[in-house]
Amino acid sequence: MERLSFDLAASSLSDMNRFLHRDLADGDRRHVSVLNPDGAHNIAVGLNHPVTVEVHGHAGYYAAGMNKHATVVIHGSAGTGVAENMMSGTVHVKGFASNGAGATAHGGLLVIDGDAGLRCGISLKGGDIVVGGSVGSFSGFMAQAGRMVICGNAGDALGDSLYEAVIYIRGTAKSLGADAQFEDMTDADYAALAELLSKAGLDHDPKSFRRIASARSLYHWNADADQEY
Amino acid sequence: MDTKPVTFKRPSLEQSASFDRSVIDYIQNAAAHGLYEIRGLGAKRKLPHFDDLVFLAGSLSRYPLEGYREKCVTKTVLGTRFAKKPIELDIPITIAGMSFGALSANVKESLGRAATEMGTSTTTGDGGMTQEERGSSKTLVYQCLPSRYGFNPDDVRRADAIEVVIGQGAKPGGGGMLLGQKVNPRVAKMRTLPQGVDQRSACRHPDWTGPDDLAIKIQELRELTDWEKPIYVKVGATRTFNDVKLAVHSGADVVVVDGMQGGTAATQTCYIEHVGIPTLAAVRQAVDALEDLNMKGKVQLIVSGGIRSGPDVAKALAMGADAVAIGQGILFALGCNSESYIQNGEHVSAIEGYDALGTAPGFCHHCHTGRCPVGVTTQDAILEQRLQPDVGARRVKNYLQTMNMELTTIARACGKQNVHHLEREDLVALTLEAAAMARIPLAGTSWIPGHNGF
Repeated sequence: MERLSFDLAASSLSDMNRFLHRDLADGDRRHVSVLNPDGAHNIAVGLNHPVTVEVHGHAGYYAAGMNKHATVVIHGSAGTGVAENMMSGTVHVKGFASNGAGATAHGGLLVIDGDAGLRCGISLKGGDIVVGGSVGSFSGFMAQAGRMVICGNAGDALGDSLYEAVIYIRGTAKSLGADAQFEDMTDADYAALAELLSKAGLDHDPKSFRRIASARSLYHWNADADQEY
Repeated sequence: MDTKPVTFKRPSLEQSASFDRSVIDYIQNAAAHGLYEIRGLGAKRKLPHFDDLVFLAGSLSRYPLEGYREKCVTKTVLGTRFAKKPIELDIPITIAGMSFGALSANVKESLGRAATEMGTSTTTGDGGMTQEERGSSKTLVYQCLPSRYGFNPDDVRRADAIEVVIGQGAKPGGGGMLLGQKVNPRVAKMRTLPQGVDQRSACRHPDWTGPDDLAIKIQELRELTDWEKPIYVKVGATRTFNDVKLAVHSGADVVVVDGMQGGTAATQTCYIEHVGIPTLAAVRQAVDALEDLNMKGKVQLIVSGGIRSGPDVAKALAMGADAVAIGQGILFALGCNSESYIQNGEHVSAIEGYDALGTAPGFCHHCHTGRCPVGVTTQDAILEQRLQPDVGARRVKNYLQTMNMELTTIARACGKQNVHHLEREDLVALTLEAAAMARIPLAGTSWIPGHNGF
């Protein structure tokens, strides 16, 4: 397979992104290396082909943002909003991720080997996130659909105002957010979790996780609306 | 005969100014239900507005143009700062962002068709882009909102411009809501939510906080679209001078400023009436900010919030706006608050529908209920049929056309061959409040309250 590389110390980010958007044929599975990313923002955003992009170093904000079909591997850490609004494909951060990792992702799989910052999986809309380490406060805020696996611990207000997304946590949460509650694991949960852990290359025992989902008491804002005195 | 003088009993009906009937009604409602009121449309209170300004047209000291014959250009270009493909419109009157969810699919299609016929743009809203509006709109602005409901890169690529929404004039800082009765299966699917939930749209974006982050977010949208599409930033009018400066700093091509008269599909009344500043004050502050940065003409300004007529458009342009956006006016054109709706050419009474909502034509603001008697703000399979796309498209086109005729008539009277040549010097104010807010002299004087130390 043809291998391509872009050295961001020598060529512009926009040229690389334009190449990845425009110059690949449908179904292109080429392998692209990004050298000297040096924390640049918006690396490989809006990909729309099943290419593999390997970023050799740290990425800034919104790396692999709105990804579709592609596999993006970051051999370093990622800034705010890595894989935000991802539709499909896989994004793998080998280091740590900053705030809002996987925010609003509609599909695909985000794997973070290290820890993630605040608001990981905020407004998740169907994507899957596996965090090898811990997540910061307000993770899973208003998450609507999809699954989040936390192998370490979580900060405050985990799963605040959850809709239908499900969170699995191995460690402890400093606190749960409004309307989030621990629930019993079912066989379906164990199976889903085993699959996600395997995809992420982690060998934790699914039995060591607990499930957090919505109590659904905030689905209707006006629970008192029917009163009339 | 024994007669007594006739005596009349005089009822005591002295009304309190502080506790008038509407205040008493508000308190009693609060006491009965323990909940604040949620409603649609915009501020109903009287505010300083474009009505408080008038034009000084041509006479001996200025030379007017013939109203029907002479050329008056209305072409409007938006997004010239960074975008490779700026938006080119035939008229400076655009259709504001209103969601599929708040409005029916038929309405969205009507808006697209009317806008396309008039050579202007229409805008998506919270909840994503529908096929109906993309298909019918030549120029479609795609909103990127905090909720990101239905937001996806394919629609970003299919859009003609992207509007990052920070806030809305009816409810700056307030997020949004779509009550469960409007969350039908299609709306629920587009928003990835269970059907029938009272759906909240967050008040902050999930993946950025503050103007420095926004600059990077805007760069992401530019990278994603290979720097082709204009990026708008929309703010609700509050600290407009600072907000517009920060939007420019963040890299916006176009800033949209929405004043407190701007509408909503469902918001707490306390927000609608008590948060934000009037459009008149906001336009002036926005133009000040652009001039202060020497960005006037480089970053375009779209003004919205209570723009109703050609004269309103002309006044906004004279104050320094490049274009306006209209939401509620468009709804009224579609038949909102009308006594009847049109089915196959016949007017059919909608009065029963208003009765059921406990209101009447001319007063209805029940968009939030989804029971719109004329089929505009509904997701109900039967009610939405009351607005036929052909009729809606025709009525909205007529409304836009009328406003554009009024705008050019006024511009010609002021001697302008191009509506964008209207200027502040063409205006005077009728009230002290308007003079101070718009920084335009009181009619017949050179006095601007608060200006030059007076």
